[in-house]
Amino acid sequence: MPEIKVTPLGAGQDVGRSCILVSIAGKNVMLDCGMHMGYNDDRRFPDFSYITQNGRLTDFLDCVIISHFHLDHCGALPYFSEMVGYDGPIYMTHPTKAICPILLEDYRKITVDKKGETNFFTSQMIKDCMKKVVAVHLHQTVQVDEELEIKAYYAGHVLGAAMFQIKVGCESVVYTGDYNMTPDRHLGAAWIDKCRPDLLISESTYATTIRDSKRCRERDFLKKVHETVERGGKVLIPVFALGRAQELCILLETFWERMNLKAPIYFSTGLTEKANHYYKLFITWTNQKIRKTFVQRNMFEFKHIKAFDRAFADNPGPMVVFATPGMLHAGQSLQIFRKWAGNEKNMVIMPGYCVQGTVGHKILSGQRKLEMEGRQILEVKMQVEYMSFSAHADAKGIMQLIRQAEPRNVLLVHGEAKKMEFLKQKIEQEFHVNCYMPANGETTTILTNPSIPVDISLGLLKREAAIGPVPDAKKPKLMHGTLLMKDNSFRLVSPEQALKELGLAEHQLRFTCRVHIQDPRKEHETVLRVYNHLKGVLKDYSVQHLPDGSITVESILIQATAHSEDQGTKVLLVSWTYQDEELGSYLTALLKKGLPQSTA
Amino acid sequence: LFQYCLSGHPTLPCNVLKFKSTTIMLDCGLDMTSTLNFLPLPLVQSPRLSKLPGWVLKDGSTFLDKELKECSGHVFVDSVPEFCLPETELLDLSTVDVILISNYHCMMALPYITEYTGFTGTVYATEPTVQIGRLLMEELVNSIERVPKAQSASMWKNKEVQRLLPAPLKDAVEVSMWRKCYTMPEVNAALSKIQLVGYSQKIELFGAVQVTPLSSGYALGSSNWIIQSHYEKVSYVSGSSLLTTHPQPMDQASLKNSDVLILTGLTQIPTANPDGMVGEFCSNLAMTVRNGGNVLVPCYPSGVIYDLLECLYQYIDSAGLSNVPFYFISPVANSSLEFSQIFAEWLCHNKQTKVYLPEPPFPHAELIQTNKLKHYPSIHGDFSNDFKQPCVVFTGHPSLRFGDVVHFMELWGKSSLNTVIFTEPDFSYLDALAPYQPLAMKCVYCPIDTRLNFIQVSKLLKEVQPLHVVCPEQYTQPPPTQSHRTDLMVDCQPPPMSYRRAEVLTLPYKRRYEKIEIMPDLADSLVPLEIKPGISLATVSAVLHTKDNKHVLQLPPKAPQPPASKKRKRVSDDVPECKSLKPLLSGSIPVEQFVQTLEKHGFSDVKVEDTAKGHIVLLQEAETLIQLEEDSTHIICDNDEPLRIKLRDLVLKFLQKF
Repeated sequence: MPEIKVTPLGAGQDVGRSCILVSIAGKNVMLDCGMHMGYNDDRRFPDFSYITQNGRLTDFLDCVIISHFHLDHCGALPYFSEMVGYDGPIYMTHPTKAICPILLEDYRKITVDKKGETNFFTSQMIKDCMKKVVAVHLHQTVQVDEELEIKAYYAGHVLGAAMFQIKVGCESVVYTGDYNMTPDRHLGAAWIDKCRPDLLISESTYATTIRDSKRCRERDFLKKVHETVERGGKVLIPVFALGRAQELCILLETFWERMNLKAPIYFSTGLTEKANHYYKLFITWTNQKIRKTFVQRNMFEFKHIKAFDRAFADNPGPMVVFATPGMLHAGQSLQIFRKWAGNEKNMVIMPGYCVQGTVGHKILSGQRKLEMEGRQILEVKMQVEYMSFSAHADAKGIMQLIRQAEPRNVLLVHGEAKKMEFLKQKIEQEFHVNCYMPANGETTTILTNPSIPVDISLGLLKREAAIGPVPDAKKPKLMHGTLLMKDNSFRLVSPEQALKELGLAEHQLRFTCRVHIQDPRKEHETVLRVYNHLKGVLKDYSVQHLPDGSITVESILIQATAHSEDQGTKVLLVSWTYQDEELGSYLTALLKKGLPQSTA
Repeated sequence: LFQYCLSGHPTLPCNVLKFKSTTIMLDCGLDMTSTLNFLPLPLVQSPRLSKLPGWVLKDGSTFLDKELKECSGHVFVDSVPEFCLPETELLDLSTVDVILISNYHCMMALPYITEYTGFTGTVYATEPTVQIGRLLMEELVNSIERVPKAQSASMWKNKEVQRLLPAPLKDAVEVSMWRKCYTMPEVNAALSKIQLVGYSQKIELFGAVQVTPLSSGYALGSSNWIIQSHYEKVSYVSGSSLLTTHPQPMDQASLKNSDVLILTGLTQIPTANPDGMVGEFCSNLAMTVRNGGNVLVPCYPSGVIYDLLECLYQYIDSAGLSNVPFYFISPVANSSLEFSQIFAEWLCHNKQTKVYLPEPPFPHAELIQTNKLKHYPSIHGDFSNDFKQPCVVFTGHPSLRFGDVVHFMELWGKSSLNTVIFTEPDFSYLDALAPYQPLAMKCVYCPIDTRLNFIQVSKLLKEVQPLHVVCPEQYTQPPPTQSHRTDLMVDCQPPPMSYRRAEVLTLPYKRRYEKIEIMPDLADSLVPLEIKPGISLATVSAVLHTKDNKHVLQLPPKAPQPPASKKRKRVSDDVPECKSLKPLLSGSIPVEQFVQTLEKHGFSDVKVEDTAKGHIVLLQEAETLIQLEEDSTHIICDNDEPLRIKLRDLVLKFLQKF
């Protein structure tokens, strides 16, 4: 029985380090190649030695697919391809291909230059790795090899995020990456057609959350920012350079414009301008409204938002600062946080999910005394707010996607085990499909039951479509053919053609039965009576009285002779081939009962 | 497989394909050369044009002098320009299921088709095609609507009258089919019927046919199309280029193994080398400006203009033209320049790499930033304040019949210092200039047509090896003006099938197979038998389900078996429902083994007689005989059905079923 095997190397009952191995119809595909923000040791990267103990990765994997540019989905890529060693194709969308190397370089810099780690991938490795990337268009069917094809769908999570369908023959898997089912200020909603995959691998970050309306969240966010600024406080919003940052910038920009506010808004890191450039050049990946109006007004040209300088953090007075990275685990956002944490007038707003182990996660779970590097204790007096602006689907969105794609099985990754458990039950109840949630390193096997495509000769198909005395559209048509199997080709042909192709002769099996009938009339009158009788009974069949005195029913021949001894008995010779067995047998039985008296 | 040819213009094609059960329109090009028969539409009152004399027939009758004007020996219709539509009578266009668009130049008749014929289907095109196509339509509508013309001439179209007119009006075809321009609401309605597609996207039509756009290398988002079922493949090649300009390169490999390749949209100037023409363009431009003259470049708002601006970007500093203003005037100039920068995914590799940096892919962004290139929606407004001469103006329409170009022709035509440079190949430049004669301005003809030439075509055909080629008749003979150039035609084996306007072709193809799916439970029930080494067979008796053009074979439902005794009774009562199919048989029956088998089954009086062709096996007591021959067996028995069935089953054991 054909099967699909799935093993998460990362993101199994966890968020971070997304990396999922899929084996489908003899093909091996690796989905995402991420790093874990919560770890600084070996655990930050997936354990690629799991894939193959002593062979080369390139020999084992047919391709690697990257869903989007977030580091928990692509952060291990240069390590994987250049340090472990993989030379096969890596697929991602154009924006991902454009932005991914910049984030990788940023990540490398923080790790090597600031933390002083050695044995990490180099800038050159990032470049070499990106050379192996093949960019794909949305909805383009990419033929990885003769059998394996992949297709990208819009996922809406960040610029260029995509869901991928992986297909071999009739079997298919859809991997969602991270996705968002509701359009926001700069991106559209994820969409997929009713592709009925054997398996849908879905993220489940917000498996148990059903988020209130986005409008409320936005109003809340603006209110909090506004209040803090009004009372002279500083607002820190840790973000990743690309993604939610642009969404929140658009939000604040329009709010500042409308309220005519004067407090400065800054965006940290040199990435900003570059990031906004990407959004301008890849505007076809944003939502309808932005695309429609970009000629008149480009939404990514901000009037109120200026570049941040490190020195500004000590300026007196209110300000709003977007700083990277988003989980307060390193870099500028963490620096500013340390400076401002002690003042209760200030506020930090966490707009996205924080993985375990990060400062972001600690303060969100209520910790107010943090142990920093060098055993320093940092007391957090500033207000800590969490506002989910992550562009992940919530429970409702996940169910909606399942409804759209109609998978036969669902597998959850990229979420916490407890929440997954809840969603799993819900999915199984509502859709009556199996739902799996393997942990890292645990293999899930799904049996598929694909139908087998074969070539049918047009002659046979047309003959079968036309057959039967009364064509009845509602009645299923029974067809008879011969399936020829040679090498890997399967052809269904008519039995005649099969014989011909194999150079075999048909063996004709014929039956002839003598039926005695008591009838004193002359032979031809007897024949006429038989003819009328059969004609009356076999209304749907072609019954013919031939000039030579014989009768045919379809291809069955009936001849009458007088009995050599008894003139009152006629002998009917009924002759048919094996192909007419049923009718022939029926006819002899019918004639054996004699002729009805009424037929004159 | 039929092809209905609705357009006779080889680069503005419109064909309809009947393929399996679907009706597919391939492109709907609008032939605008008809506008050359009309007087230009001036933006400001032109004393010269309004003073042209009316045309008088040879016999002195003047009844047409309001409709027709004469200018330097040519006669023009004084009316709103009209376009030659594709054939609408050849088949019922409301039956068209889908329209496939190959590039933005080939969709200009779309509103006429979608809004006037009862069309209810879907149009497929790439995003750049739609966006730029919209800009072209917007510009067209705008330049005609902003110069309202009171007069609408129709008398000259009368067949009796047209006969009397001078050429080319006399020979104009299908003048009754000529139509005025559509409106913006019609454009919007037409464009709303478009569904966006990406290269190599497989689109299923009614489960029967799959269509796929492929990059054709000619323009932003331009595509060739594959139309295929599991067993037939038709390639539609329309407007392709192998030159490296800004679009993504042409995908040739996917055109392989076509049964039929429909070839349209080749270069209109097969003798000109586009690179050489660009060079000539630049040097003529520089010379004119250096001499204090102005340069007018009649052009479309998108396409080759991007390449020209890029060449100029590299050229102006070295040619000392840094202080010469370049103006791009079109209602869609700004949009066109902006849109060109956002289609990274549809661009050639070099330009894509720039976007990854991230930098704008086209250098005209820098020309605009440095104020070297300025764009205006029209000559009115800001332009009149900024306008400095000498200068270079890019503006439309290339036919010189409408748009801002008319104004510059009138303005600059009288001075020999100025030059008009024709780069668009769609219109004969002499015909375009005719209503402006006599003209002092210099005219330079540098047509830049990057589409395939005949050498490239023959290379392409050798590469992709289609079984049959279909093309417009123009491609099967040398151009009329160069009848000795037999190299300027499509050359392939077998020779191409040609078509002309209003023709219906039956395309050659022979379909022998269809895809069918065997459901898993049926597949499990099959018993394969190896007949020859490597070849196995299984007989299949199954129920055929056909839905949405997809065929599926399922296990036949198990009929409830009535008890045996009852069945016997019913056999004689019920007529067998329909001919239930028995398999064919093959093999032969070895007589000795057969006799042994009979004896094993209790027949003790078996007697065998040899005949010419085989044997006769006699069962004496039962008065039954079995004729055995190489390829046939005949069981002749009397009225003993159980015996017959027993013998039948024994015989069947020796034979293979098919």
